[in-house]
Amino acid sequence: MGSEFIVFLAVAIVAIGAAVGMALSRNALYSAMFLILNFACVAVLYLLLNAPFLAVAQVTVYTGAIMVLFVFVIMVLGAEKLPAGESRKEMAWQRPLALGLGVLLLIQAAYVVFTRVVSSSATKLIDSSPLAIGKALFGPYLFPFEVASILLLAAMVGAVVLTRKE
Amino acid sequence: MNETTPYILLSALLFSIGAVSVLTRRNAIMIFMSVELMLNAANLAFVAFAKQWGQLDGQLFVFFVMTVAAAEVAVGLALIVAIFRAKKGTDVDDLSVMKN
Repeated sequence: MGSEFIVFLAVAIVAIGAAVGMALSRNALYSAMFLILNFACVAVLYLLLNAPFLAVAQVTVYTGAIMVLFVFVIMVLGAEKLPAGESRKEMAWQRPLALGLGVLLLIQAAYVVFTRVVSSSATKLIDSSPLAIGKALFGPYLFPFEVASILLLAAMVGAVVLTRKE
Repeated sequence: MNETTPYILLSALLFSIGAVSVLTRRNAIMIFMSVELMLNAANLAFVAFAKQWGQLDGQLFVFFVMTVAAAEVAVGLALIVAIFRAKKGTDVDDLSVMKN
């Protein structure tokens, strides 16, 4: 543990704070920025977890591509200001119920983690360099890799078709 | 309790925050961002378990989750743009009817 755990703790606190900020922010643009901070924190955690390739992919794909798309759409639509009367009268129970369900979910997950997760058997670090990832992607995972490319093509065509002006 | 347990707990906490946010927000874009947070929390658990068991498969699965998330965001945001054009807003309460 030692210094690694201190880094984890610091990054985890920032990640949780960013997630809470995203959930509570009234401005959708601020929420997007909080989410970018959260993704960057998770990228650092990937580095701590011996996954350098995924850390870089997290920064480029999530904070680079996906969140830029989010910010772009929010700015294009001018939808950053959320209406003030978001919590309506007839749904007054929705917020406490959601909070209760969320706490229940967290308690369940923590219970499972503390009772069912067996202590680690593998102590040696695996080779997770981009070379090893690439060999696995074009070896045993070749078919899912090709399916993913078709999925991305379909998403691209779908996005173009959906946003086309009539 | 081993060295990946804190990561799993953090993942569970981030997932719960995302779930509560999905349930409470009314703006479709905000709900969408919360779903991204939940996907990210699941990815963190995948990577933590990959380290715990000393196998690369968890990391590869995260790679595919990222791919699917990218596809999902592209289509989902296109849908939100189309809805915004038709409804002049992204409040999910206004989307309760299928016609007009």
